[in-house]
Amino acid sequence: MTEQTHFVDIRHAQKSFGSLEVLKDISLTVERGQIVGIIGSSGSGKSTLLRAINDLDPLTGGEVWLDGVQVNKTLPHRQYEKHINAMRQQVGMVFQHFNLFPHMTARQNVTMAPMMLKGLSQEAADKLAEEQLDKVGMLERIDYYPSQLSGGQKQRVAIARALAMEPKLMLFDEATSALDPELVEEVNMVMKKLAEEHMTMIIVTHEMDFAASVCDRVLFMDKGVVVEEGPPEVLFRNPSKDRTREFLRKHLEGAK
Amino acid sequence: MDFELMQKVFPFFLEAAWTTILLSVLTAILGLTCGTLGAAARLSRFRSLRFIGAAYVSVFRGTPALIQLFILYFGGPQIGIQLDAFQAGVIGLGINAGAYMTETIRGAIIAVDSGQREAARTLGLSNWQATYKVILPQAARLMVRPLGVNLNMLIKATALVAAISVIELTYTAQRYIGSTYKPFEMFLLAGILYMIILYATGRAVAWVDRKVQIT
Amino acid sequence: MGLDFSIIPDYLDIILLGVAWTVGITLAAAALSFAGGVVFAVIALYAPWVIRQPFRLIEFVFMGTPLLLQLFLIYFGLVQIGIDLPAFVAGIIGLGLHFAVYNSELIQTSILAVDRGQMEAARTLGLSRGQALRKVVIPQAVRAVVPPIGNNMIALLKDSALVSVIGVSELTLSAQRAIGKTYRPFEFYILAAAFYYVINLCMEWVQRKIERRISISR
Repeated sequence: MTEQTHFVDIRHAQKSFGSLEVLKDISLTVERGQIVGIIGSSGSGKSTLLRAINDLDPLTGGEVWLDGVQVNKTLPHRQYEKHINAMRQQVGMVFQHFNLFPHMTARQNVTMAPMMLKGLSQEAADKLAEEQLDKVGMLERIDYYPSQLSGGQKQRVAIARALAMEPKLMLFDEATSALDPELVEEVNMVMKKLAEEHMTMIIVTHEMDFAASVCDRVLFMDKGVVVEEGPPEVLFRNPSKDRTREFLRKHLEGAK
Repeated sequence: MDFELMQKVFPFFLEAAWTTILLSVLTAILGLTCGTLGAAARLSRFRSLRFIGAAYVSVFRGTPALIQLFILYFGGPQIGIQLDAFQAGVIGLGINAGAYMTETIRGAIIAVDSGQREAARTLGLSNWQATYKVILPQAARLMVRPLGVNLNMLIKATALVAAISVIELTYTAQRYIGSTYKPFEMFLLAGILYMIILYATGRAVAWVDRKVQIT
Repeated sequence: MGLDFSIIPDYLDIILLGVAWTVGITLAAAALSFAGGVVFAVIALYAPWVIRQPFRLIEFVFMGTPLLLQLFLIYFGLVQIGIDLPAFVAGIIGLGLHFAVYNSELIQTSILAVDRGQMEAARTLGLSRGQALRKVVIPQAVRAVVPPIGNNMIALLKDSALVSVIGVSELTLSAQRAIGKTYRPFEFYILAAAFYYVINLCMEWVQRKIERRISISR
C-alpha cells in the first residue's frame, strides 16, 4: 500500500447496482482547507461519490482515505461498525432534505450526538449548541422544533448539528436544492463563512455561480466518470471538453 | 397429530366452510349497503341525517359485535323480531360491518382534494354532478384497499355466529374439539380453510384494486 | 312479552362485577399485547432468519384465523398438553397474543416508515445503528404508532366479550347469568352494551389525552 499523503484520497472508486455502473474508476484527491465542487446532471453519480466518502453508500471497488486512515477498510462486522462510527464523527454531512430530527428542538438536534458520543455534559453541550447555532444565525430559534422553521432555517440548523461534532471535513449533498429561491442565499452565506474559516469541504451542487465563488476546484461528472476538472474560472469560462460545454450551455438556458 | 381423524372429519369442515363463505358474502353485501347509506348520511347537507350517521357509527363501533348479535337474536323476539340464527347472523354482522365501512367510504371521499370539487363547480357542474363525476371516481380508487381490510375483518367476525349455534367453521371446530379432545387438529383444519378463504379474498381485492387504478 | 327495565336494579351487582372483570381482563390483555407486540416486532425486523421465519408463520396464522377459534385452541389446547389454567387466564393469554400480533405489525410499519434520511443523518454523526434506533428512529416510531395501537386496544375491549364463550365471568357472561334467571335478554344485553359503550368512551378519551401529550409540534 502506498504512503498516504493527501487529506482526502479516493482511489479507483467503483460502484455498481447490479449491472448498472454508477461510478467508473474515479480517483480524486482533496487537500486540507480545499473546497471542491462537484457538478453534473442528475444520475451522473455525483451524490453517490459524495456518499461513498463516509460510506453511506459503500463502494463496490476502490478505496477512500481520510487523513491517513482508510475509511472503507475490510474488517469483521463489529469492528467495522466501531471504525466507521469513529470516522463519521470526523466527517460532517448536510443533506438535500435536511433530515433534522423532528422530535427534537434545534438545540437537541445539535446536542444529541456530542452528548452521546463525546460524553459532553448538558451544560457543555448547551454552550456548544448556542455557539454553533449563533454561528449559523439561528440562536433566536434555539428551542424551536423543525416543523416551526422554514427550509433555509432547517438547513442552517442541520449545518450547526454537523459542525458541533467538530468535523475535519464537511460534505454538502445539494444542500440548497430543496429550498425556495429566496431561502438559498441564507444557506450559501453560512457555507461561505465556513470557506473563510478554511473548512475542508466537498460540495455537490447545481448552483454554478455559488460553486464559482467559493470553490478552489470544480469537477464535472457525467455517467459515472469525471469528465473534466479544474479551477472554476477555467472550467466555467473555458471548458475543454464538449460534454462540459454542452452541460453548461443547457444549464445556462435553464437558468434563464 | 391424528391425520386419520382429520381425514374423517374433513368433509364436515368443508361443508361448514361453505356456510362461512355464504355468510361472508351476504354479510358483505349488507355491510356495503349500510356503509354507503351511512357515509351518505354522514356527508349529508342535513344536520339530522349527519347526526343519525354519526350515532350509527359510534354505537355499533362502540359496543361488541357479539352483544349486538345477542340483542338481535335473543332479544329480538321481545320486540317482535323473529329470526333464525343464520338470518340474525347476517343482519347483525352486516349492520356492524356497515358501521366500519361507513368510516372507510367517508374517509375516501373526504381524502379527495377539495380543489377537485371547486374545479368541477367552476365549470358549472352541480354539487351532485361534481360528486358523481369527479369525486366518487377518485374516491373509489382510494377505498378499495381499506374496504378489503374491512372485508377481511368481516370474514373473521363471522366466527361469532358460532355463539348462536350457526353451523359454520368455528362452531364445527368447537364441536369436534369437544367430542374428540383434539384441539390442535381441529384448529388446523378450520384454520387452513379460513386462511384459504382470506387468501382468495385478498387476491380478489388486489385484482379489483389494480383494475380501478388503471381506468 | 314486552320490555321491562325495572328488574335491572336487582341484578346490578352481578353486572357491575362483570364490568370490573371486563376492565381487568382488558387491561391485562392490553399489557400483554403491548409487550408481546414489541418483542414480536423486534424479532420480525432484526432477528436472524431461523428465528424470524417461525414467528412469521405464527403471525400469519394469528392474522388469518378468527379470534374465537384461537381462544378455543388456547383454552382446550393448554388442557390437552396438561396445563389446566383458569378460564380467565386462558382468555387473557388468547386476547393478549392475538392483539400482540396486530400490534407487532403496527410497530414494524411505523419503524420502517420513519424516513430513511433520519437513520442516515444519525449515522453520519457517528451514531451506531443501535444508538440511532434508540435516539432517533424509535422515538419517532412511537409517536406514529400510538394512535393505531390505541384503536387496537379499543378493539380488544370489544373482543374481550368473546371470552364469555370459554366461560370467563366478564360482562357478557354476567348478562347471560342475569338473563338465565329473568328471561329478559333484550334488557340485559342492552345494559351490557351500554356499559361497553361507556368503557369505550373512556378509552377514547384517554387515547386522545395521550396523543395530545406526545404530538411533536407544540
